[in-house]
Amino acid sequence: MAIGAIELKKITDSVWEIPKTGDMLVPGRIYADEDSVKGLLRDYEDKKTGGFTPALKQVANVACLPGIEKASLAMADIHPGYGFAIGGVGAFDMARGVISVAGVGFDINCGVRVLKTPLHRNDVEPLKETIANQLFRDVPAGVGSTGEIKLKEAEIDELLVKGSAFVVDRGYGFADDLEYTEERGAVADARPENVSHRAKERQFRQVGTLGSGNHYLEVQWVEEVYDQAAATAYGIEKDQILIAIHCGSRALGHQIGTDYLKTLEEASRKYSIPIRDRELVCAPINSDEGRRYLSAVNCGINCAFANRQAISHLARLAFARVTGIKPVDIRLLYDVAHNTCKIETHTVDGKNKKLLVHRKGATRAFGPGRDEVPEAFRAAGQPLLVGGTMGTASYILRGTEKGMEDCFGSAVHGAGRALSRMQAKRQWRGSDIIAELREKGIIIKTRNKSDVAEEAPGAYKDVDSVVGIMHNSGVNHRVARLRPLVCVKG
Amino acid sequence: MPYSYMEHASDVGIHAEGETIGKAFESGAEAMLNVMFDLSTIRPTVDVTFSAEAGDEALLFVEVLNEILSIQDRHSLAVKRLEAVEIKQTGSGLSFIGRIYGEPFNPEKHAVKTEVKAATYSGLSCVAVDGKYILECVVDV
Repeated sequence: MAIGAIELKKITDSVWEIPKTGDMLVPGRIYADEDSVKGLLRDYEDKKTGGFTPALKQVANVACLPGIEKASLAMADIHPGYGFAIGGVGAFDMARGVISVAGVGFDINCGVRVLKTPLHRNDVEPLKETIANQLFRDVPAGVGSTGEIKLKEAEIDELLVKGSAFVVDRGYGFADDLEYTEERGAVADARPENVSHRAKERQFRQVGTLGSGNHYLEVQWVEEVYDQAAATAYGIEKDQILIAIHCGSRALGHQIGTDYLKTLEEASRKYSIPIRDRELVCAPINSDEGRRYLSAVNCGINCAFANRQAISHLARLAFARVTGIKPVDIRLLYDVAHNTCKIETHTVDGKNKKLLVHRKGATRAFGPGRDEVPEAFRAAGQPLLVGGTMGTASYILRGTEKGMEDCFGSAVHGAGRALSRMQAKRQWRGSDIIAELREKGIIIKTRNKSDVAEEAPGAYKDVDSVVGIMHNSGVNHRVARLRPLVCVKG
Repeated sequence: MPYSYMEHASDVGIHAEGETIGKAFESGAEAMLNVMFDLSTIRPTVDVTFSAEAGDEALLFVEVLNEILSIQDRHSLAVKRLEAVEIKQTGSGLSFIGRIYGEPFNPEKHAVKTEVKAATYSGLSCVAVDGKYILECVVDV
């Protein structure tokens, strides 16, 4: 299929390619079905004469960045972002490649974690209203909210290095939680001296807060299990109650992004990097600016891990108090990130190679056997936690060998937006959505009803088909489908 | 205030106009703040003066919006509006002095909408048309 200057070549039913042309150093590869391809091409045509950069063009633009390996990728939840498309993955050679703010995003290490409870749907249905109220009371959320952990600058520096362990040491969690967090809740080479004072200052009161927008805390139940062996390895079963948390590095991450956007804008000119769009400002990985940004991103990553850890413990205590179970019986399944860049080893042209992999609204999805995956999951592959919408479903998937070969072990991160926030607000009223979902047995708690309209289930793509594309392509496998019972919005 | 919003799949596009570049900055700031708060619930009881620098008008716009977000967080404020005090040409670009007016943030009083994470270079432009300055950019929410 082709429209205007862009051509999409069908590789399989679920993989399409933008052939390498012009300045592109590699092809673009997009996980999509016929319907979503039509939507992407329509979007491209609409934007050709003005407006914001369409997602396909963003994929092609990333393919022009120096040092990119194999392909500029986009997962099935692709939609326009800034610089990189959301769902975008770009892996760069460590010597020749670049690091880009747009490839990480401002909400550094935004991610999802899922906790397993020993309870089942029937146990929780009669209590869900009380659980919703308790979670809403105990987990700080929304614009300007502050957490109960107040830190001084020296303590922030320690948190930026230690990540999740910092808050676990202060009583927000159990040692076991670290084992089941990507990177054990902290990446190396986090250098707080490369994070501005103002970024740290913005975080003093925000540790353990959920934020707003699309961030949430949900109580979910396992509606269907597709892959029994993986589900057993992950410790989940049909009807089991899970707690899911979606949030990121809060204002510290936003300020790191803001600070380095400027640094990298200057670096792009200094190193004469050929960028097609100002949004894609970047620096050589192997430059002072690049190294400083990467070490600051690592701080942001650790901050987000600590934040999710603190929130999950507050949620755990709140849930345990209402249901009468012990907090220690609520175990962490896993914690994945979807706004990051990380140094990883991948096979390129038959050789193992260290690469800097940017995932912008895409999840790491390592296949079986990788050392980075907790031992208990190593045979099944890494669990992927895909957040859907508050009215439909979320998924647990697993990473595969094919994913390692084809897309640097990556996955979708959610359903992906179909309508803009403004369109959503024109179409729905928050209070109607809340009432409609209550009819379906889903309790929504929010401080801000207009946010609910923006996040209306109908504003997102169909999560089942997005996940289906990834499953059919073989790079991610379905393990279980989850349905919400309670959703606390930021 | 002459501003409007543009459709964007995941974020919010801001379009702001002014007879002077300073007025356009003020409209743009209000457009962003109006994404975050119902501005009618904020009384301007405190002010903070700040400065910013950048290579050109468009980059300066992003810089100023991000500075407002940063000050708002660090001072725990709900900001109602920006006053562009001075925009000057410097050797390497432009310098800006601005003052924001707002109130210590109070979740009971201030009606919050959506958090803005940052102003971005996406859709960024600054043009002068028919004696008006027009600023555009996407803010990440």
